[in-house]
Amino acid sequence: MKGRFTPKVVTANDLRLGDVVYLTANDRWSRHHHEAELIEDEAHAQLRLIHAAAQKLTVVGAYLADAKAGPNGPEPTHFREEFRTRGPSNYPHGKQAELN
Amino acid sequence: MYSYSDFDEAFVRERVAQFSQQVERRLDGSLSEDEFRPLRLMNGLYLQLHAYMLRVAIPYGTLNPSQMRQLAYIAETWDKGYGHFTTRQNIQFNWPKLEDVPAILSALADVEMHAIQTSGNCVRNVTSDHFAGAAADEIEDPRPVAELLRQWSTDHPEFQFLPRKFKIAITGSPNDRAVTKAHDIGLRMVRNSAGEPGFEVIVGGGLGRTPMIGHTVRDFLPKADLLPYVEAVLSVYNTLGRRDNKYKARIKITVHETGVEEISRMIEDRFAELRPLFGGNDQKLLAEIEEAFAPPAFKVTSTEAYDAFYKADPVFRAWADTNLTAHRNAQYAIVTVSLKAHGATPGDATAEQMRVLADLAETYGHSELRISHEQNVILPHVHKGDLPAVHAALHKAGLGTANVGLISDIIACPGMDYCALATARSIPVAQEIATRFDALKLEHDIGPLKIKISGCINACGHHHVGHIGILGLDRAGVENYQITLGGDGTETAAIGEKTGPGFAYDEIVPAIERIVGAYLEHREGPEETFLMAYRRLGMAPFKAALYDAEGDRDAA
Repeated sequence: MKGRFTPKVVTANDLRLGDVVYLTANDRWSRHHHEAELIEDEAHAQLRLIHAAAQKLTVVGAYLADAKAGPNGPEPTHFREEFRTRGPSNYPHGKQAELN
Repeated sequence: MYSYSDFDEAFVRERVAQFSQQVERRLDGSLSEDEFRPLRLMNGLYLQLHAYMLRVAIPYGTLNPSQMRQLAYIAETWDKGYGHFTTRQNIQFNWPKLEDVPAILSALADVEMHAIQTSGNCVRNVTSDHFAGAAADEIEDPRPVAELLRQWSTDHPEFQFLPRKFKIAITGSPNDRAVTKAHDIGLRMVRNSAGEPGFEVIVGGGLGRTPMIGHTVRDFLPKADLLPYVEAVLSVYNTLGRRDNKYKARIKITVHETGVEEISRMIEDRFAELRPLFGGNDQKLLAEIEEAFAPPAFKVTSTEAYDAFYKADPVFRAWADTNLTAHRNAQYAIVTVSLKAHGATPGDATAEQMRVLADLAETYGHSELRISHEQNVILPHVHKGDLPAVHAALHKAGLGTANVGLISDIIACPGMDYCALATARSIPVAQEIATRFDALKLEHDIGPLKIKISGCINACGHHHVGHIGILGLDRAGVENYQITLGGDGTETAAIGEKTGPGFAYDEIVPAIERIVGAYLEHREGPEETFLMAYRRLGMAPFKAALYDAEGDRDAA
């Protein structure tokens, strides 16, 4: 259906480490995309973004990123967001090294 | 090389102290991110995709061994054991934690380095010919002037909030290795009819979304007039430059909109006002700086070892043929150390490699190192007799790749593997091209060919001036790579022309292979380089090779 709201997650970078984080439904910041709250309603998305942006001592640069539902939780839809769940492709640094 | 005066030392230390407190205030919540952001950017600290990134200035690309060792120490202590040398002769650390940055800046200050003015709308690190002070074709070492410009532009109260960032490049040679025509101001040393050295002043060049070759506003500027003249250019730009539109704010647009003749007139008028205000202190300072850049005491000894190795050892010979450049002293050579091992990340050096380079510079290189905008490291003064030993040590450290100026010596910006502005990845494209042509064992046959890759329209990877330029874009949520041909960053500067529709990520390496195939097929002989062939043949044969063979495959 046209004009339908694309589901979102709230994402940001950790203030101290710079690492990518995702807002969960129970107000935690998770390092894992699949633990994020998948937001399917536009008004709720705005509220969650305001909630995130207010956490100035925890995160930097919160924004809404497109996502879709997957078997283990929300998945990114754009390659940029996919890269953010992993880390760079030239070295095993970032999340791909730290989370597994 | 130049050593900090008490003033420099105090200024850098004070800035470290200020920023340490700013970080503390950010972490305790007294500063919001909006308040903190401009403060961290003034000190070279960016927030990238996966982490913070600290960009450290390497003024005019010159380093001494203790500075290189300190960069290695920083990489190991606060980062992930490596550093990334950039196309503006800076080094970037990709993984610092916010709370560690004050300690890193303090460690940099210990070796007279800093990250000041590596971001923001100010005069950025002044870049220079990486062979400065050593090149056989050089009129004079341009670095004293670059250092004068660094001192003048650092914290200059009038030029801290320009309409946009401002980049100056300087060369002392007729062969332009500093891409002066693609800078906001390019300074090329020339001689007048009396044989005196001065500068051709080029203004309004730049890459990015609106690539332009700079215009000469003065054919010959006496050296003594340099500072007031550069100040006049900045002053006119500061007044005229557009602050209403970020994309039209660079001086290239100001020059374009104002007209070269009119802006030249305004610069000359402003210069006439400013010149009398410079009472000669700048020249006194320049003379002092010039002393600090006095050439090293070159040794006079046999070069036999070089000749013997050159004859006997094909690996050494291949390296010597590609990685050495003529030095002004015939017993010496300039060594370009490739940071482009096939399949490695262009411009990256491990802490261990940095230490090897520092040791070699100390033992064999009169304690000098340079970083090139092509993301390699230079040992500018190596006696030919020491080259076999230098090569052996480089080889052992994974730094012996014989590919300088060849197809695998690729410039690539960090792209979407690191950069928050990027629209596609560049590093893996560079890695795969290098790996592919190494496997084909073709690169020495292909000869001089510069591939430059940017991961977005801002063109940090200089793709517009690559013989083959590659620009990574986001086309409807998929990485797509646009190719340009015929770009040139030297004294015969030219902006490359687009070939046509772009290529998908998995199609870009085969596309480059088809272009190179067309070159090999159509060149008159190995002495006709890719760029020469392109200039003779035009786009047609390359376009045919790129697109005709594609059949019904989707090239959009």
